[in-house]
Amino acid sequence: MNFYDIIFYIFAAITLLSALFVVTTRNIVHSAFYLMFTFFGVAGIYVLLGADFIAISQILIYVGGILILLLFGVMLTNKITNVEIRTGTVHMLPAAIASGIFMGAVVAVMVWTEWKSEPSEIPLTTTKDIGRLLLTDYVLIFELLGILLLVALIGAASIARRDKE
Amino acid sequence: MLDTRFWILDSGYSILDNEINNGRSKLLHVGLTHFLIVSAILFSLGIYGIVTRKNAVMVLMGIELVLNSANINFIAFSKYGNFGLSGQVIALFVIILAAAEAAIALAIVLNIYKTFSNVNVDEIDHLKE
Repeated sequence: MNFYDIIFYIFAAITLLSALFVVTTRNIVHSAFYLMFTFFGVAGIYVLLGADFIAISQILIYVGGILILLLFGVMLTNKITNVEIRTGTVHMLPAAIASGIFMGAVVAVMVWTEWKSEPSEIPLTTTKDIGRLLLTDYVLIFELLGILLLVALIGAASIARRDKE
Repeated sequence: MLDTRFWILDSGYSILDNEINNGRSKLLHVGLTHFLIVSAILFSLGIYGIVTRKNAVMVLMGIELVLNSANINFIAFSKYGNFGLSGQVIALFVIILAAAEAAIALAIVLNIYKTFSNVNVDEIDHLKE
């Protein structure tokens, strides 16, 4: 039980507890803030796995971009007449039972499989190697993602614009 | 030229520890399985969020949880499965796709709010007249 394990358990607890509160809180804005803690916990897990560039990208893109976008969505799609914004839930008990069974099945598969795992040699800073991989092995996906982001940008802007009346 | 820079806190060296310990601390010592279990629990929490929530933005939050759990899986196997950095590059692509999808989904949700005046997914049940 060395320092690595303790840090892993701390970050795993942050992630899973925050995710639990995301899906069970009735207040939407609280849910968005618990989602932010979940993203930070996941970024910590990435660092423990040696993925430093991905961890920073996660914080930049998810917390700095997607979460702000979700908060905008929350604020723009609810009539803020009262102080808090509540939301309802449907079918809590059957969904809890079903997702509990599913979680049990997947965790059982994860635990009982004999993974052929050997720790691979990941360099200490991954940025340079990820950059090289993006432009040599994965260049097609890289260019296609550029086009996809352009299309998403134009599409989102044109879907959500106000009609000139 | 060939300097292998190892991750200092690599828990992979503990495989030797396990054999010395007779596997007594096998459950507590963090290996590949622990990351996969975290990913599985996060995935099922995301599914629970998608199924039970009525607000469309909360459904999007559940979708983000599911995508994050898949990313943890990719990066865990990238470290423990001798894949080099391929898993991390794929995880980067998943993050980018999640961002694009969240933008488009929220644009659609804004349009739905303009038409129906609420975003409960149960009550959005007729097409444009």
